[in-house]
Amino acid sequence: MIPGRFDYVAPSTLDEALEVLAGEGEEAKVLTGGMSLIPLLKLRLASPRVVVDLNRIPGLAHLGENGELRIGALVRESELEASPLVRARYPLLHDAARVVADPVVRNRATVCGNVAHADPANDHPAAMLALRATVVARGVAGERAIPVDDFFTGLFATALDPAEVVTELRIPLPAPRSGGAYVKMERKVGDFATAAVAAQLALAEDGTCVEAGIGLTNVGPTPIRAERAEAYLRGKRPEESVLREAARLAAAEARPTEDRRGSAEYKRDLVRVLATRALRRAVQRAPGRGAAVVGQR
Amino acid sequence: MSVHQIRVTVNGVERTAEVEARLLLVHLIREVFRLTGTHIGCDTTHCGACTVLLDGRPVKSCTVLAVQADGAELLTVEGLARDGALHPVQEGFREEHGLQCGFCTPGMMMTAVALLERNPNPTEPEIREAISGNLCRCTGYVNIVKAIQHAALRLSERAAEAPEPETAVPAGGTR
Repeated sequence: MIPGRFDYVAPSTLDEALEVLAGEGEEAKVLTGGMSLIPLLKLRLASPRVVVDLNRIPGLAHLGENGELRIGALVRESELEASPLVRARYPLLHDAARVVADPVVRNRATVCGNVAHADPANDHPAAMLALRATVVARGVAGERAIPVDDFFTGLFATALDPAEVVTELRIPLPAPRSGGAYVKMERKVGDFATAAVAAQLALAEDGTCVEAGIGLTNVGPTPIRAERAEAYLRGKRPEESVLREAARLAAAEARPTEDRRGSAEYKRDLVRVLATRALRRAVQRAPGRGAAVVGQR
Repeated sequence: MSVHQIRVTVNGVERTAEVEARLLLVHLIREVFRLTGTHIGCDTTHCGACTVLLDGRPVKSCTVLAVQADGAELLTVEGLARDGALHPVQEGFREEHGLQCGFCTPGMMMTAVALLERNPNPTEPEIREAISGNLCRCTGYVNIVKAIQHAALRLSERAAEAPEPETAVPAGGTR
């Protein structure tokens, strides 16, 4: 319930924050929303020497389109959820924001923090895989853009250097005739996903699928990109039978482990069901999709 | 381990404290400011019994560091009543029997206050979604929802009764 001792700094510039991190390395933890870090401190599962709070740094709270959708490090989940732009043009992100934890937690939790923390049970990592996002990281040496496919390296592990901070997420502007959805099964509000699926589809003028992004939440040590399911969808009309086969392939790519939320077999089949629903919803949301999904329930 | 001087406006009154970095906001409120209406109900950021308004937004104070509240405005359950008169949300909980043991109630009411400020006429699904971060083990939420609906009605009645500003209103009136 009570964290161990640590030093706390809340610098007013990003450069100051980066200097502290460069000096402390593994001994420092970055604080934005705190909805993952502070519970870890309370349970003493994390015991940094220094906590570096970014909340007083200006210029990190932007949310908007500028060549891409840019989500700054201090954008709260509640802001993502309330944004009419995100709801209209990035429905996958809107869906995901709505199911992160609960509404009170979402007032503090940050989208970038959800990604940087790299808990495979977090919701945004799979969404970012499906959206082909880029993670922008900054250290004293400068800034680099990490494709999200390279970002999640293991359980709670990322490609970030300990002295780097995620300053922004960048998501490509939506293709015409594209739609996305996030479908999550949780035992109760506020729980982590038993499983969840993020789907983003882009359709060509003839109604066939030109691009597909499918991310799986909490069925492996990292979020999983269902690449075989994505490849299967390309070039095909998104009819019900096609979506069901893609969902079956996605389920085969999951690597669930048994825990109190369910057996591996149960979770794998859950992925199949949720992927079917997410793909259907993504197709429904793609404007001007030409041939309707045939035989859909 | 760092120690910090902080200044927080609590229920309209500026207060200062010297705190360890690791002091949780809920402990600042309960142990330092002796405002024990805010409760601690879990160890996992689930229950919401610790909910307070930080710069107008409901937050789980068990998962915020006290130092993060430096310079901020805090509203706790003790700050709801004004001049001895209950806040409409408190009235709603009384009139609609929105509590049994009362442990979740302060947090529930703070969430409700913030909801009604942002959305004065919420639908039932909107109320249920807004309170989904506040757990109640007693009531099954039915009377909590009624209490909040009651409060919404009282607040809109109050707004309707408020004196009109000095502007010309055509015969027949508009509102």
